[in-house]
Amino acid sequence: MKVQSAIGGCRGFGGVPQLLISPSPRGEGAGSEVNNMNKEVLKALEKDARATPEQIATQTGLSVEEVEKTIAKAEKDHVIVKYKTIVNWERLGEEQVQALIEVKIQPQRNVGFDAIAERIYRFPEVRSVYLVSGTYDLAVLVVGKTMQEAAAFVWQKLAPLESVQGTVTHFLLKRYKEDGEVLDGGGEKGRRQPLTL
Amino acid sequence: MSPRPVVRSKRARGIISKRVESISPSGIRKFFDILSTMEGAISLGVGEPDFVTPWHVSEAGIYSIEKGYTMYTSNKGLLELRQELARHLSSRYDVEYDPETEILITVGVSEGLDLAMRSIINPKEEVLSPDPSYVSYGPCTVLAEGVFVPVPTTVENDFKVKAADIEKRVTDCTKAIIIGYPNNPTGAVMERDELAEVAEVARRNELIVVSDEIYDRLVYGVKHTCFASLPGMKEHTILLGGFSKAYAMTGWRVGYAAARPEIIEAMTKVHQYTMLCAPIVAQMAATEALRAGDAVVKEMVADYDRRRRVMLKGFNDIGLACFEPRGAFYCFPSVKVTELSSNEFAEQLLVEEKVAVVPGSAFGESGEGYVRCCYATALSDIEEALRRMGRFVERHR
Repeated sequence: MKVQSAIGGCRGFGGVPQLLISPSPRGEGAGSEVNNMNKEVLKALEKDARATPEQIATQTGLSVEEVEKTIAKAEKDHVIVKYKTIVNWERLGEEQVQALIEVKIQPQRNVGFDAIAERIYRFPEVRSVYLVSGTYDLAVLVVGKTMQEAAAFVWQKLAPLESVQGTVTHFLLKRYKEDGEVLDGGGEKGRRQPLTL
Repeated sequence: MSPRPVVRSKRARGIISKRVESISPSGIRKFFDILSTMEGAISLGVGEPDFVTPWHVSEAGIYSIEKGYTMYTSNKGLLELRQELARHLSSRYDVEYDPETEILITVGVSEGLDLAMRSIINPKEEVLSPDPSYVSYGPCTVLAEGVFVPVPTTVENDFKVKAADIEKRVTDCTKAIIIGYPNNPTGAVMERDELAEVAEVARRNELIVVSDEIYDRLVYGVKHTCFASLPGMKEHTILLGGFSKAYAMTGWRVGYAAARPEIIEAMTKVHQYTMLCAPIVAQMAATEALRAGDAVVKEMVADYDRRRRVMLKGFNDIGLACFEPRGAFYCFPSVKVTELSSNEFAEQLLVEEKVAVVPGSAFGESGEGYVRCCYATALSDIEEALRRMGRFVERHR
């Protein structure tokens, strides 16, 4: 079973712990130094956010101190954004509705899409916001307890925003794969013969 | 009607050929039987990747079925695949093969080895091979009516075969050397200069070298040397390779042999009468594997390497001395500290702690005192197996 519990969104036990690594380092001039950071350490953490510095040291051949230093620096530089867990709530019978909303925006002078994106991502119902190319501008992922709740967010909060020209709401019917993890997967592993030469 | 009485005639008694009777069955059957009825067991006794075939490769196979590629190919295999292989061997190892006359697509290295032996060995001719090594080298030699001569290797030399030890055993009847590095079961890798010494012995004594390079892509921090790329050795080498380990394609059954035209011609003759051709779907998928490049292989290798380090350190920590394997996906720790034979160790470990390993003695006499453990196993299972083996060693040392 994938999920037993998730605590506080941080290094929980149970589900699949997940590490969020920021795509580009924050701060001016941080680039080259941050890029020198040991990527093997981050890769090991990205596979399993619960891996201890000792385990990562064994896997990478680095010393425990080097691993700890790398992690501390990555956390400080916001290269590691957060440690969290992918929970398959459906397996607990929890009702949860997600909607992917296409939002068409009138960009604003000087700030382009950023100001309106911020207005939107500050709502706690909003899980992800992406600026995209194509027929609309922002892709917004919203989570609610019921379909009414998610819909209400759209017509009460999102659609009335000044620069929002229009929205198209797609309710998610089933989650197959999330952040690289197949949610009902894992069945492929047990198919080998138990002993072969 | 009553059944006829069973008559044990002379002919009935001798129904199985002496040659086949002389081959012993695989030494792991008993473990397999215990394991298959056991709950909660962890197997480190597997000899294949724990990845599934990369999706783009599987998808190419599915597409080929949809397009109606369901027939025989030429005996030698699809020309596109042979051409891709020639390009691959040239760019990777700087060794040139003519796809028309010097490459044969086989049903895995297993078939390639059988074809090689049947094509070059006359009755009573001797075949030298490092011990321990893969289980089919001996039986394939015997089935070709040859005589198998193991050349012992030791942990003191990291289970690499010494050219001098090979040369000591060369007689007037010696025809070939079968060499397999990266090695199954030990994980040993031989460096270029060490292989060059073996090549020198082969050249001096006019021996053919059958080089099983199925694990060529799975090396860690060292470079694999293709035996045929050693100066002047292409003419004297039968190179056997495949897709099973590098691309996690064990069940597709596709590999290749590369050698000079007269040898490939002979092997093709045996292949055409016994196998006809390798499955076309597997050949189409293998072509895609080569065309799509290296990224997925590198990712898998990096993943094996992480687990290799965990298992290696784990064995040394619990008191099972283990040399550093630089290739394949096996650790080969010594179990001598327990004073159990490798067979007893494997059997008692399975019964007491539900961890399956393969006794080193299954791979030859020099494997006695060691067990083969596969780290193509989930990291959490490796860690749990190490805990259980640690308890076991504590009790038995």
